Amino acid sequence: MSGANDPYDPKQVAALSAEHLDAAVQKAREAFAGAADLEALAAVKPGHLGDRSPVLLARREIGALPPKAKAEAGKRVNEAQSAIKTAFEERFAVLQVERDERVLREESVDVTLPWDRFPRGARHPITTLAERIGDVFVAMGYEIAEGPELETEWFNFDALNFGKDHPARSMQDTFYIAPGDSQLVLRTHTSPVQARTLLERDLPVYVVCPGRTFRTDELDATHTPVFHQVEGLAVDKGLTMGHLKGTLDAFARAMFGEDSKTRLRPSFFPFTEPSAEVDVWFPEKKGSAGWVEWGGCGMVNPNVLRATGVDPDVYSGFAFGMGLERTLQFRNGLPDMRDMVEGDVRFTQPFGTEA
Amino acid sequence: MRVPVSWLVEHLGFDEVPTPDELAEAFTRIGIEVEEVSPLGPVTGPIVAGRVVEIEELTEFKKPIRYCKVEVGPEQVNQIICGATNFVEGDSVVVALPGAVLPGGFAISERKTYGRVSQGMICASDELGIGDDHSGILVLPTGTAQPGDDALELLGLNDSVIELAPTPDRGYAFSVRGLAREIACALDVPFGDPGVVEIPEPEGEAWPVHVDDRPGCSRFVARRVTGVDPTAPTPWWMRRRLMLAGMRSISLPVDVTNYVMLELGQPLHAFDASSLSGALTVRRALAGEKLTTLDDQVRALDTDDIVIADDSGVISLAGVMGGASTEVGDASSDILLEAANWDPASIARTVRRHKLPSEAAKRFERTVDPALAPVALERAAKLLNHYAEGQIKPGRTDVGTPALPEPVSMPIDLPDRIAGVRYARGVTARRLGQIGCQVSVTTSEEGQTIVTAVPPTWRADLVQPADLVEEVLRLEGYDTIPSVLPPAPAGRGLTEQQRRRRTVWRTLAEDGFVEVKPFPFIDPSVFDAFGLPADDIRRNAVGVLNPLEADKNVLATTLLPGLLETLQRNLARGVKDVSLYNVAQVTLPRAQQVPVPSLGVDRRPTEAEVASLLAALPNQPLHVAGVLTGHRELAGWWGKGRIADWSDAVEAARRAAQAYGVQLRVVASDLLPWHPGRCAELRVGDWPVGHAGELHPKVVEALGLPKRTVAFELDLDALPLDDHRPAPMVSAYPPVLLDVALVVDASVPVQSVSEVLGASAGDLLEDIRLFDVYTGEQVGEGKKSLAYSLRFRAPDRTLTVEEATSARDAAVAAAGERLGAALRA
Repeated sequence: MSGANDPYDPKQVAALSAEHLDAAVQKAREAFAGAADLEALAAVKPGHLGDRSPVLLARREIGALPPKAKAEAGKRVNEAQSAIKTAFEERFAVLQVERDERVLREESVDVTLPWDRFPRGARHPITTLAERIGDVFVAMGYEIAEGPELETEWFNFDALNFGKDHPARSMQDTFYIAPGDSQLVLRTHTSPVQARTLLERDLPVYVVCPGRTFRTDELDATHTPVFHQVEGLAVDKGLTMGHLKGTLDAFARAMFGEDSKTRLRPSFFPFTEPSAEVDVWFPEKKGSAGWVEWGGCGMVNPNVLRATGVDPDVYSGFAFGMGLERTLQFRNGLPDMRDMVEGDVRFTQPFGTEA
Repeated sequence: MRVPVSWLVEHLGFDEVPTPDELAEAFTRIGIEVEEVSPLGPVTGPIVAGRVVEIEELTEFKKPIRYCKVEVGPEQVNQIICGATNFVEGDSVVVALPGAVLPGGFAISERKTYGRVSQGMICASDELGIGDDHSGILVLPTGTAQPGDDALELLGLNDSVIELAPTPDRGYAFSVRGLAREIACALDVPFGDPGVVEIPEPEGEAWPVHVDDRPGCSRFVARRVTGVDPTAPTPWWMRRRLMLAGMRSISLPVDVTNYVMLELGQPLHAFDASSLSGALTVRRALAGEKLTTLDDQVRALDTDDIVIADDSGVISLAGVMGGASTEVGDASSDILLEAANWDPASIARTVRRHKLPSEAAKRFERTVDPALAPVALERAAKLLNHYAEGQIKPGRTDVGTPALPEPVSMPIDLPDRIAGVRYARGVTARRLGQIGCQVSVTTSEEGQTIVTAVPPTWRADLVQPADLVEEVLRLEGYDTIPSVLPPAPAGRGLTEQQRRRRTVWRTLAEDGFVEVKPFPFIDPSVFDAFGLPADDIRRNAVGVLNPLEADKNVLATTLLPGLLETLQRNLARGVKDVSLYNVAQVTLPRAQQVPVPSLGVDRRPTEAEVASLLAALPNQPLHVAGVLTGHRELAGWWGKGRIADWSDAVEAARRAAQAYGVQLRVVASDLLPWHPGRCAELRVGDWPVGHAGELHPKVVEALGLPKRTVAFELDLDALPLDDHRPAPMVSAYPPVLLDVALVVDASVPVQSVSEVLGASAGDLLEDIRLFDVYTGEQVGEGKKSLAYSLRFRAPDRTLTVEEATSARDAAVAAAGERLGAALRA
């Protein structure tokens, strides 16, 4: 190294020569380009940007230069160093992208692996149907009424205008509660809720009542001794059979689609007069399109109103009742009602929690 | 009720008779339900009347076979094989000749059978499509036809049978008379009423009769026909109609009573007058009396049964079935015909009591036209006179004056107001007249037009304006009623309870449980399998008088038996990992059973009466219960999965309660059928609302369930409807997280440690969570270590570690003081 006071010619300090610096830059670029990954790049970095790298070593020589020469040499060193840094960063960026891509590639999994870690739960389709029907009527302004399954004969029959020995009582094959004179039955229909509602609530009333009902039918493809009904009751001033029909039409559309329609056939129920059976038109009925019996309905019999303290000269009302199993059976095309009562999880699971 | 179209239209003035399908549609439209329309036949080809000339009995076969010579036309005799034996030489029969095709495509040809050539077939009535009688071949009454006559016309095969199911209020419709009238109204055609005829004035009584039970018998009419030829056959036309209506021909007198019943709707009974001793008495049976009925059954009578008795005792179960001792037999020639009106309710009870439904009782239960008895008797007597040369005695006994229908008045526009239709003027009066009412129209003092209808005798069902309204509406057609939605009231939506129940219902399904709906009928022996002590409250179940399965004769007091049975069914069908739940009412008798009060229906019951009615019912709370077995988390590529254990049952119950808005507390319990060391009592505060845990190993063994089956049951109705309106204040300041491990006696419940820590750490404690439980050498015998992480936070500042630590230390100190907890070294 030259002494501080020595006359000095920068051209003679080889390390600061343009050729030397250019060569250093060139070498660095080659070295970086040759690094295959981030680890290799990190390994070659000190040789070109570290304290002992040619450019850094050259920078130390600047102090020995005469003042006039310092600026020029400094500028030349800075440019070289900057070029090497840029080269490094560019290569670093490229390798980093490559590394990230590789890592993500290596972390990939088979997303088609089965994910059935937890057994599926499901609600019974009758439950879902009952809720859905409730929602349809709540949207029409109705409320949902409830009643017990074990009922007094007064609510199940007497208040509904079933005479003590009228054949209508034996139309509904009844489970009687022990002892023989208990006057208690398992309700044969949801209609006792009509009487309960009229006793409990202020007029007007618009209620539906989905619930479990019982008749002594042997279990087969189309009968079950324990089944579900939904009852509807509206009592107000000026209600007509036209209102009943309009309500049933809206109900049928909500259940079976916009194209469905209903037909009323005259019939007999002690608690309605006039009474009717409701049929629904089914375009896909077995074989050919046709009417399917859906439920019963009618104008509330004035005797029922009287027994519950409603003045039949002021108020009129309509009522209807449908079997939910039956509704589900032809709505979904289910051939055998036994599947609904046996509790086989393979039947219920496909319904999920909302089907 | 089966009725041939040809019989139905006999009373109707059709210009052109509608097709059977058109008639069926008319019945449907006015509310007489049609079960089936069955055209007779089809029969084609040569079918003729034949006369049996000679019978050769073939004996070489296992059953009797006859080889008959049958005259089937002038000078034409065919040889025919026949398997029936109910005919003799000289009888008239129906022969299907080769080339004929019978119903069901049964083609007749000349063929060899039983070693002989058979040239045709002698037909039974069911083979011809008339009725279902196959007890023998059809033997035609003598003189009905000549050999070779076309039998198609004779048999009336160009006919159909309509099977109808009238509703029980329309008793009149269980007759050709009533049904024809319905068609007359539906299609506006003239109707000739066979029930309205001139009755000759009687001379004296037909037989002495005392009606001692007027409420049971409002009218009793008798007529006597003597000198009846007991060998006189039933004419073919009558036999045919009876067969088509589904009744078997028995003898002329019996056939006549059945025929008149089908035609007019009035059941009749024929006594053999020579076997009667003394006057007839109508009364209730006396205790201990017995009667052998026509079906040869000895029946012990009830003091509520209405009977007819003579000096020999009871001879008939009135309105239901006659007695054997006075039955009309092969030799009866002196016949007493009886027609009466019996109390419908009494008849219904007798039918139920003796399980003896009959065609007569079916009509009496539904009320028989009280004007009909003498008409029906006259018709029957004339038939006996005409076909059996009987002499109708001039006397007629007629006891009692039945109540006739009362007039019913209503505003003439009531049908319009109920239907929501404006009917044409005069419709209401016209329709009421059409069904047989005497109609008058008046104006009330308020100026309202009132229609008054006196119902005809056969319409005991018309008692109030609504009944008249239905007649007008159904005959005008329900299809003319418009479809209008009523104006919607403002509903309040679901109640809080209904909404929360729905959430519970959904939560368990989302949690992996499958909902099932077992029947509520259980076999009480399941409680033995549960190991319940004799005085366990769950054994106190409500009994069912008439269960479908004899052993499942009580109503569930707990949902577990039904769920476990359903679980077993699934396991038996090869499903291994099963989680089931059910939400349903259970039935819990009250400690003190209150009798049901007797209430009328003529007025609203008082509040006290309603209360006593409700008090007579058992409690029926809504329960939710679940059972689990097998994997809760399945095994798979992710690992071994996890087998359901007691904690899954507790968790499910707690989640269900949470869905209802209630946090359950848990205390150790030992209620059967649960494992005494793995049973959690679930509480709201200190109030028990259910149990959860693993089932007792003995119960699991007794019921054949997989080991370690777990279950929970919760009384949803016992959960309070807490008004749940959270208003959380969320602090954004940083938390201080501290862990603490405490050693306590193994017997100390974790919940009490958690509660003490939570209650003693002060307001700064934001969250506490148990993250490890350790037992083993490091903590010593009989001890356990509980590791908690605590999160402290202040609402208004950054909490210092010192503050949090001192709060924690206070909590630890409290746990030490109350539960003997020590910081783990």
